[in-house]
Amino acid sequence: MALTNEFIQAQLVAKFGDQVTAFSTSYGILSFESPKEVNLKVLQFLYDEPSLGFTFLTDLCGVNYPDNIGGELVVVYHLHNFTENVRLRFSVATSIAQPDVFTASKLFESANWMERETFDFYGINFVGHSNLKRILNVDEMDYFPLRKEYPLEDQTRIDKDDEMFGRG
Amino acid sequence: MEANHNIILPEGSIEKQTTTLNFGPTHPATHGVFQNIMEVDGERVVSTVQTVGYIHRAFEKLAERRPLYQITPITDRLNYCSSPINNMGWHLTCEKFLNIQTPKRVDYLRVIIMELSRISDHLICNSIVGVDTGAYTGFLYVMQYRELIYEIYEEVCGSRLTTNIGRIGGFERNFTNAAFTKLEKFLNEYPKTLREFESLFTRNRIFMDRTQGTGGISAERAMNYGFTGPNLRAAGVDYDVRVQQPYSSYEDFEFTVPVGTTGDNYDRYLVRNAEMWESISIIRQAYEKVQSFKGTDADVYHADVPEYYLPKKEDVYTKMEALIWHFKIIMGEIDLPKGQIYNAVEGGNGELGFYLISDGGRTPFRLHFRRPSFIYYQAYPELIKGGMISDAVVTMSSLNLIAGELDA
Repeated sequence: MALTNEFIQAQLVAKFGDQVTAFSTSYGILSFESPKEVNLKVLQFLYDEPSLGFTFLTDLCGVNYPDNIGGELVVVYHLHNFTENVRLRFSVATSIAQPDVFTASKLFESANWMERETFDFYGINFVGHSNLKRILNVDEMDYFPLRKEYPLEDQTRIDKDDEMFGRG
Repeated sequence: MEANHNIILPEGSIEKQTTTLNFGPTHPATHGVFQNIMEVDGERVVSTVQTVGYIHRAFEKLAERRPLYQITPITDRLNYCSSPINNMGWHLTCEKFLNIQTPKRVDYLRVIIMELSRISDHLICNSIVGVDTGAYTGFLYVMQYRELIYEIYEEVCGSRLTTNIGRIGGFERNFTNAAFTKLEKFLNEYPKTLREFESLFTRNRIFMDRTQGTGGISAERAMNYGFTGPNLRAAGVDYDVRVQQPYSSYEDFEFTVPVGTTGDNYDRYLVRNAEMWESISIIRQAYEKVQSFKGTDADVYHADVPEYYLPKKEDVYTKMEALIWHFKIIMGEIDLPKGQIYNAVEGGNGELGFYLISDGGRTPFRLHFRRPSFIYYQAYPELIKGGMISDAVVTMSSLNLIAGELDA
């Protein structure tokens, strides 16, 4: 039986009830959210459940939504089932004041560096990670550069008006 | 013990049996900016810690202030051994995101360029494996064909290494006759050289002894480590994005996906060589298909998307519409639709993914590159553990690590 997005959604809802929310499909990929407390349970379920079999972590990255109070930082997992050839996007949000998310590096070795990268850029603290330190930036850096509070261009410049150049 | 030197030794170092060796970042055998701090016991590697980030350039941050077409030159600088695949991967992502249908001829021309760059990527990797095992000859034999591939790029887009090839919707100009002549020359001459290259290495006793059984990994471990591309296929998993999720009309082509069994350096070498043969066959098929277009169809080289594809320069000077589009594109005044997309292509060394989030602004809200070598380089300590330092060097080159992609 082909693994359809509807089937995945039904399986997840049957297992986790209303803890899995915001199901949507864009460009063929099903995406959903869960509270950050159950992120490992969801990943483990997707990994272990034979009818789902999402055993490959394609990508893990962070996103910063400064306007989403209480969930400013988001961790996005892209999973892949090779045999059925289905991709899945799963995200958990965390507050910027206490950015603790459980690490997936015990389940996927590949998550190790991707989580370090996410920590490096967004300051998301992956609880249980064996070696959570900066990876691409220098160790002495004392801020998290991909957060939206750090604009790319020099903000003291007055000759470039944001409204005229891209993002307002 | 009174320390009269400025080397800080670990706790209990008087009984330490191993040596700490700082390997890189500018060691001639690392082919790029790679640093490893190794613990070695004689010549055997006990453990290693990789350092990455020496050429980090904050591409993901840069991309948040750039309209889509200005992001293409950033992608050049990821895996710079096969820039066109990165460029086209980015264009394909944008097109999928914006629901742009490209004409078949554009798809086939793209396939030609992508497979050429796959060949140039594999060719460098395999010949460097040769260099690291002590055989410089192969490297010199194949180099003139990389040069020919670069000349074809030059005919198409004007540049060689960081190509910025193509546009959203197609190519910036039609392929010239010179490009096709060079392509024909490549198709006629390269197979002979590749055969010669293989005859130098594939059954070479020294090469086999050096590469077989070193740097091996099982399929399960490789998947857990996030391997993709030839490295994963060498371990026996037949995952290829071109087959699993065809893009750019790859479904129209006949080709096989070569796989290995042990995932060691020799299997990686074999898989890459086999893929080069497949790429040659794909280019032949694509070139045939391109030639089958007649009349006005033979002049199609881009989709009709005025919002993203720059109008002809003479039209900009004479037509109001074209002038407006030109201005809007150049000034980045076109708002993107809201949404998010993950799209992947089969890059030279694995699945190259683009995760784009748009909030309806003119530039991406967030753009993340899934860089294959960043993910599989994590497995390096496990691959080289217990082996010789000289094998660690071969393993590093046979993984096809590209510093630009690793550090983004």
